[in-house]
Amino acid sequence: MAGHVDALYFALVAITAFFTILISALILFFALRYRKQRNPVATQVHGSTALELLWTAIPLGIVMIIFVWSSVLFFIQTRPPSGAMEIYAVGKQWMWKFQHTEGQREINELHVPAGRDVRMIMTSQDVIHSFYVPAFRIKADVLPGRYTSTWFHATEPGRYHLFCAQYCGTQHSGMIGEVIVMDAAEYDRWAAGAVDGSLASAGEKSFQQYGCSMCHRADMAGRGPNLIGLFGRQVLLDDGRTVTADESYIRESILNPGAKIVSGFKNIMPTFQGQLSEEEVIGLVAYVKALGSGAAGPPIPVSEPNSGSYPVAPKPEASAAKSDIPATPPTKATPAKPAAKQ
Amino acid sequence: METASQSIEPKTNYLNADYTIKSWLLTTDHKRIALLFLGSITLFFFLGGFFAMLIRLELLTPAGDLVLADTYNKLFTMHGIVMIFLFLIPSVPAVFGNFVLPMMIGAKDLAFPRLNLASWYIFMLGASFVLYAILTGGMDTGWTFYTPYSTTYSNTNVVTAAVGVFIIGFSSIFTGLNFIVTVHRMRAPGLTWRRLPLFVWAHYATSVIMVLGTPVLAITLVLVALERLFHIGIFDARLGGDPLLFQHLFWFYSHPAVYIMILPSMGVISEVVACFSRKRVFGYDFVAMSSIAIAVLGFLVWAHHMFVAGISIYAALVFSLLSFFVAIPSAVKVFNWTATLYKGSISLDTPMLYVFAFIGLFTIGGLTGIFLASVGLDLHVHDTYFVVAHFHYIMVGGGVTGFLCALHFWWPKITGKMYPESFARLSAVLVFLGFNLTFFPQFLLGYMGMPRRYHAYPPEFQVLNVLSTAGASILAVGFLMPMVYFVWSLQYGKDAGPNPYRAAGLEWMTPSPPPTFNFDETPVVTWEAYNYDEIDAPSKGVEVAG
Amino acid sequence: MTRSMHPARGLKLPDSETAVHNLRHHFADLEQQSATAKFGMWIFLVTEIMFFGGMFASYLIYRLSYYNAWVAGSQTMEIRYGTANTAVLICSSLTMVMAVHWAKLGSRKLTALFLILTLALGLAFLGIKAVEYHEHWVHHEVPGANFHFEHTGNYDPRHVSIFFSLYFAMTGMHALHMVIGAGLLTWLLIANARGRFSPEYNSPVELVGLYWHFVDIIWIYLFPLLYLISHHHPGG
Repeated sequence: MAGHVDALYFALVAITAFFTILISALILFFALRYRKQRNPVATQVHGSTALELLWTAIPLGIVMIIFVWSSVLFFIQTRPPSGAMEIYAVGKQWMWKFQHTEGQREINELHVPAGRDVRMIMTSQDVIHSFYVPAFRIKADVLPGRYTSTWFHATEPGRYHLFCAQYCGTQHSGMIGEVIVMDAAEYDRWAAGAVDGSLASAGEKSFQQYGCSMCHRADMAGRGPNLIGLFGRQVLLDDGRTVTADESYIRESILNPGAKIVSGFKNIMPTFQGQLSEEEVIGLVAYVKALGSGAAGPPIPVSEPNSGSYPVAPKPEASAAKSDIPATPPTKATPAKPAAKQ
Repeated sequence: METASQSIEPKTNYLNADYTIKSWLLTTDHKRIALLFLGSITLFFFLGGFFAMLIRLELLTPAGDLVLADTYNKLFTMHGIVMIFLFLIPSVPAVFGNFVLPMMIGAKDLAFPRLNLASWYIFMLGASFVLYAILTGGMDTGWTFYTPYSTTYSNTNVVTAAVGVFIIGFSSIFTGLNFIVTVHRMRAPGLTWRRLPLFVWAHYATSVIMVLGTPVLAITLVLVALERLFHIGIFDARLGGDPLLFQHLFWFYSHPAVYIMILPSMGVISEVVACFSRKRVFGYDFVAMSSIAIAVLGFLVWAHHMFVAGISIYAALVFSLLSFFVAIPSAVKVFNWTATLYKGSISLDTPMLYVFAFIGLFTIGGLTGIFLASVGLDLHVHDTYFVVAHFHYIMVGGGVTGFLCALHFWWPKITGKMYPESFARLSAVLVFLGFNLTFFPQFLLGYMGMPRRYHAYPPEFQVLNVLSTAGASILAVGFLMPMVYFVWSLQYGKDAGPNPYRAAGLEWMTPSPPPTFNFDETPVVTWEAYNYDEIDAPSKGVEVAG
Repeated sequence: MTRSMHPARGLKLPDSETAVHNLRHHFADLEQQSATAKFGMWIFLVTEIMFFGGMFASYLIYRLSYYNAWVAGSQTMEIRYGTANTAVLICSSLTMVMAVHWAKLGSRKLTALFLILTLALGLAFLGIKAVEYHEHWVHHEVPGANFHFEHTGNYDPRHVSIFFSLYFAMTGMHALHMVIGAGLLTWLLIANARGRFSPEYNSPVELVGLYWHFVDIIWIYLFPLLYLISHHHPGG
């Protein structure tokens, strides 16, 4: 990937050099050839429409080629391949906190395996930061209030700079770290050394601890929507909009539940803003993902069954046109809104 | 009408008409107002330059050891605010637009002379707020005021600085309004749009941007101030607000603003390249239309500052495409200026040296914009020194070079004196060399990954930083020299006469310095712009301009 | 023009001399001057559209995301006050047009009458607005430390705070423009009393009229956007 970016860069360098040299050479040549001593009388030349069209069309053609090239590159850069492993990041003034799904936590150092696709899911605890690894040629701003993501595929083991690239206050230039690329087997050994259990299991603990399981039950009788199989699916909201249940949606539902109300449910969920750290929220997000995703994906390890855990519930029935949640609980007295309302 | 052979100065001109302070502070003469602006913005230029010097000194070493981190953050913030709002945006329009534009169209003044004076006072009032903000502790958000840092986390004089910039915005709006109305309503008889000097076209386009864009910055700063003071939540994610909304609102003005900073200089280049090639600008219609195209397209590309900020992929692609389009009219200008040299009769006076510098540096600056418009590449170079180098090539290599070009070209008209040519050429060369040494290494630094706004940096970036600082010291000398020889010329310079360069344009048909009301009688224009064939061939029996 | 003949001293000048007195040196004639002045005012109004536009854009963007909260905020507005203010401003635009009309016809008295009426209506608007702001304050609807919203529906009360922030920003900026307009009307009254205006020279009245109409039109947009979202009579 870095090679592709460099290829575009050097092509642009070549184009820049070409035109700069061309214009400079023409200027120098004309300045000498037509200097006053040698050409005392100027020849008035009005213009030439043909020339204007030519030197409009040629640059336009060149930039269109560059546009297509860079757009193709951009599509690749912004669409992580399915099956990419995920690492969560929280940026705060002035450090990076990383959470691996296997459970490892790091500060300012990020261990990743070589030869695998890695997707970063990131948020900020305070101001806007930016996750920048020059060696990988990637950058994405890290925002408060939502998740942003980027992905990379490291090839060479080694240590690479990690910079914060969005000015964030006093120690902005101190908010730096290292990405440590290990070869894959070594990484697996390192990741297995996590002491506290996986991220999803930490999330499950929070899910019980904060009482989420009281309303979000698996048996369709809860006051809140069923979360099994939720992740990645389309959700129908009470105002008719449809949104995708991605990481940002899960996070918003926890911290800002009134923003989007699922169709058929009431706005009674309390907000957990201020009660949960970003790390706990990430754990909950990872847990919800572990409950099964609507999109096809690799099997996700599910935490050990214990007395409080969810049974595996049947997936909500999908309508022909879109799979909208929720399936309205039959016990509700008020008439259900139609599932496929637009 | 004066001719070059006479060097009689009329007794009264706009400078000596009245010597009292009140006659200067209450003047409505566009030429005096231009000089009021010239004095103020020169001071602010050196203030901004002082901040730049401290930044470059700090960056000589990888460790942040010259100033505290907070101080450094204030330095680059104040450098940006002072240079952009207190120097660059007014520079060419408020000095040369004010001085020359009414004369170029045969008018006795701008449409609204008192509004013009108000423009200067508003500018000084806003600048006072900014200076007060600096003196009482500064601001450290970057000139871009990004939320939520500026609204919730910064402990510095954000509101004061925002108020200052807000006020200065009105100065810009009123100048633009004045120019638009003047060009529409005050042209001399016979002066059709297509006979206008390209300087006027450029300022017209600039004024459209000033008038449409600046109010959006004004309201955005009001919202930032309200958010900071009352925590209303509009940009605060914790209350459901959106920090990206700020960025959209901010860049909606601040991108067109960069065209405010370059279009007037482009107008200057058109005038000077024609004069020192002794021929009309090649492709006049296309150059004129390209100014309008830049103004229009410039409003459509703002989110290219936000490619990595979290906007959707599709939005990014649209803004990338439009950003490529906006480069084309500038390219057209560069080609036309170069073609103007073809079969010309070229003299290498100082203004022409600045023209060459402009074309070369602007070409590099503009083409590196293509790097940034390429979304796939922008992911790597955004918020690095590559961007810093790009915009300095345009704003200094283009904007400031154009300003110096104008200063040298019209100095004889403004003061009636010639500056010493050899010192002026030397300083032009120093500016060119110093500039390149300062900013070219920064392209490399950016590609290597050095982020901007960094107080300290990893040691592998040091060599290029040292080169850059060395260049800055040469550049500083190049900028200081004109201060010396221009002041010298006021006392000891040769009398210029009405038209030392034998240039086309109505402004050259007046004495130097001109009388207060420019023309005794409004001229009637029957000739095309840049009629150098007529000017250089008096034997044809046509009335010539000095 | 010697000082003893200055209109400010109370001497009424014949119209042609008023005209000459008002012609600025850089214009060829009064017609060019007044056409130029009007054009200038139109450009200024365009900048005002852009100025308010930033707030309208923010309003629209958040309304799309937080519609329920917008409805809740809008329901707290008193329709009586909003309607009354709309009627007041529309009438004031009518009286302003009449003032311009009589200024062009040279009637000092009628110009003064209609300027006073416009000013009175403008002040009435501001008075009603002040009452409304006070009521919002008493009901804890002003964003900031004092904000508290009882929410009974499918929305987040903090988003209602954003609604109110924009409400106060937009109506506050509008009210500020009304205050400036009131100042301009006062200045016109004084100038009119001194006999400054005539059929040849009445640009200031016309220009203030344009400004006043613009401020009125801004209100015409603010009213439905802020007061009438999903509005229905109680019980309906």
